[in-house]
Amino acid sequence: MVKVRLEFSGGLDLLFGNQKAVEADIPQQSGHQLTVAEAMAWARDNLLTDRPELFMKGSSVRPGVLVLLNDTDWELCGELDALVADGDRVTFISTLHGG
Amino acid sequence: MSAEDELTRLRAQNAQLQRELDRLRGSGALQQSAPDAANGAAATATPSWDGLQHGLNKEQIARYSRQIVLHSFGVQAQAKLCRGSVLIVGAGGLGSPAALYLAAAGVGRLGIVDKDSVELSNIHRQIIHREADVGVHKAVSAAQSCRALNSSIQVEVHCEGFTPANAVQLVRQYDVVVDASDNAPTRYLISDACCAVGRPLVSGAAIGTDGQLTVYCHGADGPCYRCLFPEAPAAGNCARCVDAGVLGVVPGVIGTLQALEAVKLLSGIGEPMSRRLLVIDCAAGRFHSVKLRAKSASCVSCGTSPAITAASLPSYDYAAFTGQAAANDAAPKPLQLIAREDRITPAELQQRWVAGPCCTARHWQGCVRGRASVLRYLYKLAAECPSSLPAPARLPGCRIASQPDCVVLDVRPAEQFNICHLPGALHAPFKHFDRHLDQVKGRLAAAAAAAGPATSGSSQDDPPPLYVVCRRGNDSQRAVARLRELGIRHGVDVVGGMEGWAAEVDPSFPTY
Repeated sequence: MVKVRLEFSGGLDLLFGNQKAVEADIPQQSGHQLTVAEAMAWARDNLLTDRPELFMKGSSVRPGVLVLLNDTDWELCGELDALVADGDRVTFISTLHGG
Repeated sequence: MSAEDELTRLRAQNAQLQRELDRLRGSGALQQSAPDAANGAAATATPSWDGLQHGLNKEQIARYSRQIVLHSFGVQAQAKLCRGSVLIVGAGGLGSPAALYLAAAGVGRLGIVDKDSVELSNIHRQIIHREADVGVHKAVSAAQSCRALNSSIQVEVHCEGFTPANAVQLVRQYDVVVDASDNAPTRYLISDACCAVGRPLVSGAAIGTDGQLTVYCHGADGPCYRCLFPEAPAAGNCARCVDAGVLGVVPGVIGTLQALEAVKLLSGIGEPMSRRLLVIDCAAGRFHSVKLRAKSASCVSCGTSPAITAASLPSYDYAAFTGQAAANDAAPKPLQLIAREDRITPAELQQRWVAGPCCTARHWQGCVRGRASVLRYLYKLAAECPSSLPAPARLPGCRIASQPDCVVLDVRPAEQFNICHLPGALHAPFKHFDRHLDQVKGRLAAAAAAAGPATSGSSQDDPPPLYVVCRRGNDSQRAVARLRELGIRHGVDVVGGMEGWAAEVDPSFPTY
């Protein structure tokens, strides 16, 4: 199990039962470190309460969602393959358009 | 001519005159002593004092003294502001505080772009407009407020909106661009134009109680909007203020921060929010900034060999790319999703259920018993209500839903249902429609029972009337279709929804 804080912002919290943050214990395959891709899939399968298409598209996030690992754009840490360790934070932010 | 028509006419005339004035000002045909003298570092008379070649005059020094004496800002930074220019795209919730603060701070030239007119429902957040501006073009109204705040700056009005045709030419005229727009296609367009022309872009967005802020297209490695979001989100994933709502202060906070970033970029002080995204959660009172990627070499807009350039941008199809028109707050297009015979207009509904000018509440209560009895009711009316009787107050149909043998199903979200609904309407929000199926069935059964022996025996063939409403008549059609899939086949959609009801039947019904 990896203890991960999952955060949902920009309206994504609505897809997760109005939760903005969840302290999750995510199981990992033995011998492998947890990846962001696995954490994301776990969130979809275990936390999502509404319309999965608003969270993911295929095996990645849907267009318009930024993913951050410990407050850093996941593109700087390896995207789907970025490794998630105990105590890490994975944040999903939907881009806003209103004004 | 009614007073309202007169007001509309005068407002249009006023907007027209304002546009003419702006045109004259822009062409230099009007000599504007105040702005030119104050802004031109070119005060022609030889001053009796000397400064550090900042070019500010005495008035400007007095006016901006509190930020001039600021150690981290100073007279040179102020001079850069006074020589600088900012294009603000959108005179709405974000553009309001942005424009006001930039005008107040002394930015020499402001351009304000919008294409809409002020509505009363804008003013809770679009604080640059006044009640008296309702109906006035937003760019014109915003410019008036900026000029009233600071007559020494130049304010330029662009009423035609921000389009692929004018984007490059508009952005080119200014030093910094503020994205205060409210829709995805315009956001891509602004970012592309800034990349094409090489202008820093202060981007802000707000909805509900959430806000976001960043600076694009800045410095050697600052990304653009497309670097972050190369693929546009689906149209359905873009919440709009008109549907999702927005707490007025939230765009106020973000728009104010956008003004701050524009001031930093123009004056060269501080660290612009490039490669950083500020995320604010106003409900929780949390401000949080995160680190963003650098610009992408393969970006079609700002990469090493961009496909979108100043030359190609005007023919780029932003509506196709984002799958949505740059329509912002406008009502969604009325759709025809189900057969016309499964729909009824509010006026027809009113006709069917509140049959004539002689209808009073008492008649209604006493006579109308389901669709089958309308004819009986009409006969009774004919007998009892000779036309010589004074017409009693016409029932605006508000009894429809409270009739025990008729079901009105309202599928709007709770926030909207709570504002106003037909008395007795059953609430089944479309978002979780299926969860309410049992309630719908229960209500239909109760209505069938209430219809009495005349219809209860044949309730299978002649079930109680079921009318489905939403805000404007799109979701209600989807709900009627869904009911069909679930085995309830006689639902009828009310065309135009509660807005249609307010327009056609009951003007006292609130719209929002």
